[in-house]
Amino acid sequence: MTKITFTFNGKPIELHTDPSRRFLDVIRNDLKHTGPKEGCGEGECGACAVLINGHIVNSCILPLANVHHQEVMTIEGFSKTKRYAVIEEAFIKEGAVQCGICIPGMIIAVESLLNRNPNPSDEEIRVGLSGNLCRCTGYNMIVKAVLRAKEMGKGLW
Amino acid sequence: MSTINKSVPKVEAKDKISGKMKYVSDYHVEGLHYAKTVRSTIAKGVIQSIELPPLPEGVTIVDYQDIPGKNVVKMIYEDWPVFAEKNISHYGEPIMLVVGPSKEMVQAVFDKIKITYQEETPIFDMVQSKVDYHFTKGDPQTAFQEAKKTIKYTYETGYQEQAYIEPQGFIGTLEDEKVTLIGSIQAPYYVKNAVIDTLSCKPEDVRIIQATVGGAFGGKEEFPSLIGCQLAVALKKVKKPIKLIYEREEDMEVTTKRHPSKITMEAAIDEENNITAIKSHVGIDGGAFLGLSSVVLSRAMIAATSAYTINHLQVDGDVYITNTVPNGAFRGFGAPQMIFAVEMFINHLAKDLNEDVHDFRLRHLAKQGDKTTTSGTFRDPILMPEMIKKACQISGYHKKKALYESSEKMKGIGMSWFLHGCGFTGSGEADHIKAKVKLRKDEADHVYLEIAAVDMGQGAKTTLMKVAAEVLELPLEAIHFANPDTDIVPDSGPTVASRTAMVVGGLVARAAQEINENWQSGKPQIVHKSYKQPDYMEWDQATFNGDAYPAYSWGVNVVEVSVDPASLEVRVEHIWSVYDVGKSLDDNIVIGQADGGTAQGVAYGYLEVMNHRNGKLLQKNMTDYVIPTAVDMAKTETVLFDNPFAYGPYGAKGAGELTLVGGAPAVAIAIEMAINKRVSKIPATPEYLMELMNND
Repeated sequence: MTKITFTFNGKPIELHTDPSRRFLDVIRNDLKHTGPKEGCGEGECGACAVLINGHIVNSCILPLANVHHQEVMTIEGFSKTKRYAVIEEAFIKEGAVQCGICIPGMIIAVESLLNRNPNPSDEEIRVGLSGNLCRCTGYNMIVKAVLRAKEMGKGLW
Repeated sequence: MSTINKSVPKVEAKDKISGKMKYVSDYHVEGLHYAKTVRSTIAKGVIQSIELPPLPEGVTIVDYQDIPGKNVVKMIYEDWPVFAEKNISHYGEPIMLVVGPSKEMVQAVFDKIKITYQEETPIFDMVQSKVDYHFTKGDPQTAFQEAKKTIKYTYETGYQEQAYIEPQGFIGTLEDEKVTLIGSIQAPYYVKNAVIDTLSCKPEDVRIIQATVGGAFGGKEEFPSLIGCQLAVALKKVKKPIKLIYEREEDMEVTTKRHPSKITMEAAIDEENNITAIKSHVGIDGGAFLGLSSVVLSRAMIAATSAYTINHLQVDGDVYITNTVPNGAFRGFGAPQMIFAVEMFINHLAKDLNEDVHDFRLRHLAKQGDKTTTSGTFRDPILMPEMIKKACQISGYHKKKALYESSEKMKGIGMSWFLHGCGFTGSGEADHIKAKVKLRKDEADHVYLEIAAVDMGQGAKTTLMKVAAEVLELPLEAIHFANPDTDIVPDSGPTVASRTAMVVGGLVARAAQEINENWQSGKPQIVHKSYKQPDYMEWDQATFNGDAYPAYSWGVNVVEVSVDPASLEVRVEHIWSVYDVGKSLDDNIVIGQADGGTAQGVAYGYLEVMNHRNGKLLQKNMTDYVIPTAVDMAKTETVLFDNPFAYGPYGAKGAGELTLVGGAPAVAIAIEMAINKRVSKIPATPEYLMELMNND
């Protein structure tokens, strides 16, 4: 048992547990946040993505120890922000959501991308989202949604 | 004309985006136990001994001896055991479950189980036919006798994995005698009926609830019945709530795939270089058990000439049993294999005959009134000539084709024309499914769709609610459609075969119409409706004669590629599609289906590789089995043509599968142009292209 402390969706958290546990299991089982999903369990699909200090990380291959003293935000926390509201509206308008299992991770990827580059091109969006697999949409409407979000949310990023 | 196609926000989008939506693995039940499946490690043989470690308290083994009813998963053919008894037919075949209060305890027992086998020689080649079908149209024999020449080619297709992002699974609970399973499924009543047979229990003792489905694509049509039966048996024995959810590797290794196929086509050609007759043989690899394979074979065979009319046909087909993972439903259901073969064949014939491909295809294109492959009739207008013109125009097809054919740059543009029969094949809908729907109005004048249709991302909820709202002239907010629960909804059939909008939607519209006609504000009203086949449908299953489908959807795909001269890697540059789905019930939803379906179809043609070695699949995770990322996928443009179908709600026909079936030939034809070689096998990987380039 080790003491691990971090900020989780803006709140301080202290856990006494095995620091080698997968962070995704801690989020889903201990902290009861089921927005991050397990799609592949090996860091390939991005469904489990969370923000750590504003950058996208796949929580399924992240040991809990790595978040010690870091700022973690999941889709649940991010969904309370203005930036989220813009991305949400853009995804709905463009019809970019089908089965939805990849979407919380995809939204995290969009936030991380726009954080780095508030004005990405079509190509830069595709590269920026290439760590998040979607089997339903063929990505066309997701790319359009990001193009719409960056226009709607000018100044937010 | 109705404006129902105007897009609205999808009803469940907000909950999905915010992460609030509950998928099966998100459910929490107190006292939950975990199950893990012990599987065979050989492809064929007999179990000789099973050695179990001492079981800690709370850990239970569940196997075939615990099954109260039949040890078979109820499907079309009943050859698929719930648990293996003695004989092993494929690698990864389920033998028992280990169930316990924690994953760690289950794993500890799992690791110590020793099974010995008497191995037998497995069969992997397509030699052991278990089902063979045959049909003819016209008089193929005479046509072949009178032919100026005949040309014959063989085409092969590989596995394709559905690769839904959410793995398969259920959570089950037991209350008194009643089993409740919550799962990621396409067909609640398939699971229910299978569990009833396995438990040999009363129908009211099985309740199936659909959790929000994180992608399915056919992969959650029949396979969940197997997991559901195993879990139900475990619940009866363990009497605790149990979670049985696969991890990715297990899901990829043991769930059903698209059937690999080998298709031979031979054409009789007359003096004018027209095709007078075709003989085809369609062989599909069923894997170890038949499951739905015979139905997949039927659909493939019925698509024997795709969007073309050939007057004389002989079509033979076999499902071969091999000692590999059983293959099953996957969007398109046999059509993608056949349409790949047909499109390549037409293309190759035109080349052999020195005919312009476009002109050659147009001469054979099906027209309204023509006889289908099964001697039924194309009754409705066929808009393909206009659709093809549109596709050529938006893609710049003719100019690019001329340019790429004369250039050394390895670029190509390919076009496919295709159709897809909507709904179940033949009399399946009327004789087997007999779909029922129920609409209920409450005192607040809100209307509830009580139907077994599953929204797995394709937009069933939004579109069917729109149909009801439009008929009832109510706002969408007054219509409700919860995930199906077999204790509440009647059997509207499985959510498969591009039948939901057309068939279930049609029933919803009729039920809504009846409520509308007898509208009593403030009073509860209930209406039931059952499927009635259109009067014109006649089908003889024994001879494959008649109308195989009530309607056909049509499509054109154009794919532009470049091939890297050094690595021979294919890059898809752009995709254009034109579809006739009757009437779109929501443009964003239909175009979303088109984007995603076409992506799957194109990737099937060049990117997605799955093979087995000695019956064991070599690709078993998302790293090994490559599906397109946003970078792999090109920009897609889709145009929809209105062509309302009289029996569909507002004219809707099928849409989901149509969008997949033409992708592979379009990309393969584009690759042919880029490398100036003939492609007869998919996926067209760099290794295969290298082989073709070296065969000079």
